[in-house]
Parts: sequence; C-alpha cells; structure tokens
Amino acid sequence: MITAGIDCGAKTVKVVILKDDKVIGKAIIPAGIDTKKASEEAFEEALKEAGIKKEDIDKIVATGAGRADQPFTKDSVTEVSADAKGINFLYPNVHTVIDVGAEESRAIRVDGKGMVMDFAVNEKCAAGSGAFIEAMARALEVTVEEIGPLSLQYKQEIAMNAQCAVFAESELVTLVHQQTPKPDMARAIHAGISDRIVSMARRAGLEPDIAVIGGVAKNPGFIDCLNKDLNTKVIVPDDPEFVGALGAAIAAKEI
Amino acid sequence: MAEQQQKEYWRWTESRWHNKDIDWKKADMITAGIDVGSVSSQAVIMVDGELYAYSNTRTGSNSPDSAIKAAKMALDGTGMSIDDIHYTVGTGYGRVNVPFANRAITEIACHARGANYMYGPTVRTVLDMGGQDCKAIHCDEKGKVTSFLMNDKCAAGTGRGMEVFADLLGVPITEVGDLSLQVDEEPEPVSSTCVVFAKSEASALLRAGWPKEKVLAAYCSAMAHRVVTLLEKINVEKDFAITGGIAKNKGVVVRLEKELGLKALEPRYDTQIAGALGGALFAMGLLRKQRAKK
Repeated sequence: MITAGIDCGAKTVKVVILKDDKVIGKAIIPAGIDTKKASEEAFEEALKEAGIKKEDIDKIVATGAGRADQPFTKDSVTEVSADAKGINFLYPNVHTVIDVGAEESRAIRVDGKGMVMDFAVNEKCAAGSGAFIEAMARALEVTVEEIGPLSLQYKQEIAMNAQCAVFAESELVTLVHQQTPKPDMARAIHAGISDRIVSMARRAGLEPDIAVIGGVAKNPGFIDCLNKDLNTKVIVPDDPEFVGALGAAIAAKEI
Repeated sequence: MAEQQQKEYWRWTESRWHNKDIDWKKADMITAGIDVGSVSSQAVIMVDGELYAYSNTRTGSNSPDSAIKAAKMALDGTGMSIDDIHYTVGTGYGRVNVPFANRAITEIACHARGANYMYGPTVRTVLDMGGQDCKAIHCDEKGKVTSFLMNDKCAAGTGRGMEVFADLLGVPITEVGDLSLQVDEEPEPVSSTCVVFAKSEASALLRAGWPKEKVLAAYCSAMAHRVVTLLEKINVEKDFAITGGIAKNKGVVVRLEKELGLKALEPRYDTQIAGALGGALFAMGLLRKQRAKK
C-alpha cells in the first residue's frame, strides 16, 4: 500500500510518500503566497524521488494550517494527531512531542500507540514560534541557519526582559548599543523562547522520552537551551520538519 | 543595513513649546517632570504651578541621555538651565535613570495626575496608549489613582505596533489614522492579535489587492478592539480621557469610541506629555513639603 501525507504549514509545504512503512519520497517547498501551487510542486518533487506516479498512490491525507488549500484530497487530520502518529512511528518510546513551527508551537502527550492524551497549543503569539527567532536573526543581521550555532559560542548568560517579538527587537537594539557580544544576545534569544515553550509544554504534561520536531528543532542553540531547561536530552529526529506529513501519511493507511 | 536606507515612516517629528509670557526668573517654584518612556521621552517645566515649557522627543538607547535631551530641548531658548529647576520628578519606564531627578514616581500615578490637569477634575477613567504599553486607570477628582490595569507584555494595542504597520505600508505614522478613515465601508478587523502575525496577514491582504487605507482600517479597528477588551475589564466610568501617542491617531480613537459607545474628552494639550506633566505637578507638592521642613 502506498500513501502520502501533505502538511501545509505557515511557511512551508511538506510531502511524505510512504510504502509499506518505509518513506520512499519526500519534499519541502516554501509555501509562498500560493499554497496550492506550492503543494503541487512539493508533490511533484516527492513523486519524482519515489519514482512513482500520482495514480500509484492509494490514499492521500492532508494536515497543517493550510490543509484546506491543497488540491489533492479532502481527507485531513489535525496537526496534533499527525504529529502524534508521526513521532510514534519513529520513536514509540516518546511520550511528549514538542512541535515548534514557523507560526505555531504545540506540545502533545502521546500514549504508546500514537494516540493523543493531552496537548497545548500557541498560535496567537510569535514569541513562542519560529517567527520570533526569524525576527531576532534579522535584528542581529545573521541568517536563521547561523543564529543557533552562533548562540552556542556565548560567554555570558544575559536575560532579556521582553517576551513580545516586537519589543524584543527594540531591546536588542539597546543591547547592540551597549556593545553586548552577538553570541550572548543570540543565547538570550534562545533561552527566552525555550522558557516559553517549556511552560507551554508543562500544560500538556511532560513525560519522557521527549522529542522535538518542526523546523525550529534543527536549531542547535534552541535544543541546547531546551535540554538545560528540561534537564534531559531531547530526541530530535533526522528530518524534524517532516514528522507532521509523515503522520498524515500514516493516517492515510488507517482511513 | 537595508532597512536603514529606506525612509523611516514610523519616525515622528520631535517637538517643543514654551510660554513666552512667563518670566521664570521671578518665579518662586520651578518644577519639572521627566517621563522617560520606552519609545518617547517628555519633559514638562512648570513655573509657579503654570505650564511653562515642554518637549516631546524620541527615547534613545540610554535612559540618562534621553532624560537630559528631553529637558534640554524643553529649556531651549528659555535661558533656563537644568540647575535652575528646584525639584524634578522622574517617571516612565526609565524613571530611576533620570540623573537630575529628586524623586521617581510611577507613570500610572503621573498619568492620572496629568490627565486631571489636562482634562479637568471630572475625569474618572484615563486610557494611556503609550509606545510599549497600554494602561486603563481609574482616578478620583484629585487625579489620585483608585485602580488600574495594564498590558506591557505584548505589542498589540501599543504605539510600537502602530509604528511597525506604518513602516510596512509606507505611510507616515502621523497620517495613519486619517488615512484609515478614508474607507467607504469598514473592513473586518485584522484577525491576528500578535503584531508579527498581523503583519503577515496585512501583507497577504495587500497582495490580494486591498488598498492601503483599507488595510490600515482593518488594523486600527483590531487595535481599538484590543484596547476595549482591556477597558471593559476595568469598567469605564465617565468622564473618559485618552493620553499617550495613540490618542493622536483618529483612526483608533474614533473606532474605540464607537465600540465603547462613549466619547473621549477633546484634548487641549499634547496628549504625550500627560506623564511628565503629572510628574511636574507632584514635584510642586514635594517641593512645598521640602521647604516646609527647612
């Protein structure tokens, strides 16, 4: 049986093609302004990698904030259940999965079968999402890829008062004027977001093992702060941003 | 930096004023209030209980420098120097960093006191919409605070949020309000609370072909709604007055009054000086007490 999952996020569209419990194709494309077009491109690319045609796929399931905007299927699952299914498939021992995406973050408590026990979501405020790091990277004039590794070179832990991304930007300007070293500021940025994510995750309940997924999971500066705040070593899957799409592909098998 | 090469639409002009009819050299009491806010700083100088001079400036990255800059600008052309002031009260978020202040008093107390002077003793509810926070204050006929609520955690509903939008749309901050009222039909408010997300939402609306004024209308009404939510928690009692920079934005004020079903008092002074003015008024009382002791 061949199934596909398509995850239409705020910033990117992800597609995963699954054949008999094995990922045979995947693709990620910036969502841009046209989710439909991005979905088609991502699907095309994943099909190419899998070496199959669209007709070979038995079932497609969509997830993500823009899941209604893709042209392939009317079947969908929520991001929460897609994340739970995806992480359970990869790491059955994980009981808490933290998903930090571009404009949303969520923490989900999962049982051993990939069922959702409880969850907490933030979709109202940029302070706990990738958008925060993006805005801060811009203020520090580094790329989103650079800011994480840069933060690991910190010498001193400083605290940032502002939570709000807009206020934090002004605070950074002040810190820059005070000639604070960039790595110290980058560290403070990650410590701040980690703190907010952990308090959200506590609402869902934290149960080991803990995994972190979503695009921000690729940021080593953030993971380092999370490990410190949670006093554990979190699991980061190889392609953390694909876990939702993977979960959708798994859901497609079940529908 | 690419952003610095662009025109800075958020940058409003600094201003100052002084009453040339008053001869401060003959004065018995010269007091000052310095309000070092997160975005703007004001200095108000009072001479024998009368408003003598004020300035409205942009806060820099250093609070003491911003305080001195505001005071010097207010005193510019008056012949008075900071040393001539008998008593100074610092207020605002940088209040403890006013180098020449005799005392620091919270901006909540100062805003209520300032609004009492600016709008008269009938004011019971003061809404201060500042650069990085928004406060709803209840006060009595003497301008004494009886209760308050504030949001200082989130840029939604603050001046800084409006500056971000001015920049995004390339509309000078002082024109945002009037432009937002030039719509035939009121659009749905921007649905995101967070300014960062509201910005993405606004970009999408612009791409969808919305004219600037319609996007601004959607943002101004979202902001008004957010502030009304804060006000409703404290119960608005008449008379109602608005202070701070956003009080100058008709687009927000008109929509706020409509949602609230209540008109705000017409401002007679620069609404941004309320905090500093309150500080200068407190300074008078404190100076009298200090002199009485001697």
